[in-house]
Amino acid sequence: MTTVTAPEKVTTNRPKRKRLSPLAVVIPAAAVILALTYALPPFRNYQLATVGAYLCVTAGLTVLTGLNGQLSLGHGALMATGAYTLALMQNRFNVLALGILAAVAVTTVVGGVIGLAAARLRGPYLAGLTLAVATVVPSIASTFDTTFNSDQGLTVALEPPPDAITVEQWQAWLCWAGALVTVLVIAYLVRGRFGRDMRAVRDDETAAKLAGIGVARTQVLAFVLSAACAGLAGALFAVLAQSVSPGAFPLTLSLFLVMAVVIGGLGRLSGALIGAVLLVALPEIAHSIAEDAGSQRLEGNLALTFFGVVLVAVMLAAPGGLASLRLKRNKQKGRT
Amino acid sequence: MKRTAAIVLTAVLLAAGCSSNGKGNSSGSSDTPGVTDTEITVGTHMPLTGPAAAGYSKIAPATKAYFDYVNKNGGVNGRKITYKIMDDGYNPANTQQVVRQLVLQDKVFAILNGLGTPTHTGVLDFLKTNRVPDLFVASGSRSWNQPDKYPGTFGFNPDYTVEGKILGTYVKETYPGKKICFLGQDDDFGRDSLAGIEKILGPVAAKQSYVTSNPNVVPQIGALKAAACDVVMLATVPGFTALSIGTAAKVGFRPKFVVSNVGSDPTTLAKTLGPTGAPLLEGVVAANYLPLATDDANPWIQLYKKVNTEFNGNAEFDNNVVYGMSVGYLFVQSLQAAGKDLTRDNLTAAVEKGGFTGPGLVPVRFSAKDHSGYGGEQLTKLTGGKAQYFGTPYQTDDGDGAVAAYTGTAVAPPQNGIPTAQ
Repeated sequence: MTTVTAPEKVTTNRPKRKRLSPLAVVIPAAAVILALTYALPPFRNYQLATVGAYLCVTAGLTVLTGLNGQLSLGHGALMATGAYTLALMQNRFNVLALGILAAVAVTTVVGGVIGLAAARLRGPYLAGLTLAVATVVPSIASTFDTTFNSDQGLTVALEPPPDAITVEQWQAWLCWAGALVTVLVIAYLVRGRFGRDMRAVRDDETAAKLAGIGVARTQVLAFVLSAACAGLAGALFAVLAQSVSPGAFPLTLSLFLVMAVVIGGLGRLSGALIGAVLLVALPEIAHSIAEDAGSQRLEGNLALTFFGVVLVAVMLAAPGGLASLRLKRNKQKGRT
Repeated sequence: MKRTAAIVLTAVLLAAGCSSNGKGNSSGSSDTPGVTDTEITVGTHMPLTGPAAAGYSKIAPATKAYFDYVNKNGGVNGRKITYKIMDDGYNPANTQQVVRQLVLQDKVFAILNGLGTPTHTGVLDFLKTNRVPDLFVASGSRSWNQPDKYPGTFGFNPDYTVEGKILGTYVKETYPGKKICFLGQDDDFGRDSLAGIEKILGPVAAKQSYVTSNPNVVPQIGALKAAACDVVMLATVPGFTALSIGTAAKVGFRPKFVVSNVGSDPTTLAKTLGPTGAPLLEGVVAANYLPLATDDANPWIQLYKKVNTEFNGNAEFDNNVVYGMSVGYLFVQSLQAAGKDLTRDNLTAAVEKGGFTGPGLVPVRFSAKDHSGYGGEQLTKLTGGKAQYFGTPYQTDDGDGAVAAYTGTAVAPPQNGIPTAQ
């Protein structure tokens, strides 16, 4: 029954969505970000850069989970893959563009391998597999300690930016360049046939197969796409932190990412942006609350509680995530 | 997509709101960030939560308590010290975030006693670029002692190689001809420590390593047992010292244990091993460089206990509290030495001038060429659940210098417990 309505939705939506090209959003957004980097003080620029880096991974994850229905609890590990690749490349060649490209390439390959396995698994089994990937990072880093330097991790050699701009400005430009390219690529892919295939597979695999869609192929491609995004995010985080260690990519990071895209609104790029902002803003709010309460020890734990409470509240008030709250008339359309 | 545009705009507006906040904070300070006529603001990053928090989370509150004590007695040159403690959960990514917040947003004068090798390594370049003094890092890595590369960074702990050499000397004299083995953490801590030990003893009979993320040392201890070691030297954090000693007892392996200062706090060890395991600690040899928390006759301990009762909510008094307060004392000494006209350059110059005497058993080594902290340690032995010093303090360097007994006498704290300009 749903199989009939799902494609209908897509066809009725299409002319509406065509009115606004992704470029029309991304180009003004780039201008705004550029203006912001000059207006904001350095620390806010750093936070802005962090939002950009998070947006890369949440955008990929929201496509995978929201549009293709695959749940991944292992994106933290994919970010670690990108980050370690960048660190190793930087320490050997010290060419940032090369390092970032290599990070995306390596993570794409790793994502392909995991994606092949993931395409055979459903529901909790898929979650279990990706969870295992997330927990294996510290073991890999310590087993091959001559390369990855165990728990201590690697430092990342970076050339300082020209004197005319601050380090934080440069970081914000870099991260948002990555984020906007990611958003643009995803937006175009999702509008086309690939997006329709992904939704069809999500809604009903049998029906999708009957319609001539390669189910496994679509699932693997979706996983590879989101892995590449995670690799880019990981590389950007390595640049931001100037170091890479297993402690920077714990299991909680993977869980936070899933929570962020669910709170933001699954399957929506705007939801991914909200999620990325929350990932930076909630710990900050938790910190100021803990400081006011006079207990610093509260701080580390409060962010977790915060996320939980926000998740429960948002799911009760707006099951489609925060992005679905924007305009009432959009509600009946469902996921776009 | 319209929605996306709207959200981007909202975010921009929010950020703009934040930006005016940030600017509001910065106005009103004098030329030197974090210093006014009545206040000095310093910050730190510490694991207050997470896997490394046990024990370490008590250090910064103790330092703060000592500052509160100084503030109540008039502060330093009329300025009160505000200590901003940030939790990084021992996660290097968080350290980046919180240190930037301290430096760029809260405009601290200096970073004091940031804890951890992997965490603090990542912010060295950032602090250097912003010319922020980076004092008394809470770790024994040799990275802090690079005056040419990081002119504003200074260590506090004796570095792990110095410690390894001192422990190695003890083992060489006490157990000649015995089989000496080593178990260490798989990072700078373990590696530097082993380097120091092997400088004195030559290659050890067997060496094993562990990572904190895998709390199982049965294979390592098994290998050491198979190698028939008589003495096992541990470069381990407290949890893994307890784990190693407990595991050895379980597999019926009873060597002599010689433990790094980092992992030898008797209170923490006894708590981890529990009442049945605690007797295993009898006779364990370790080293320290500050007065021991259980030494009630020591005037420093008396001072710290007083401060702990009045300003630290009477927290359980252990070596971590002693450490935190000693850091506070050394920082106040540095501020006094920098004088009334307090700038970042003045402070760094004052620390480089060195010559501080305080609770330490050996002097700190600060000079223009040397940014490492304490230069030696004295051995302790655990008896009846309490650590006690024996022998004399030793001094050495992290190179090929000899391990020599230190003959200077211990210094008593000033009458009111607050250092004056020297």
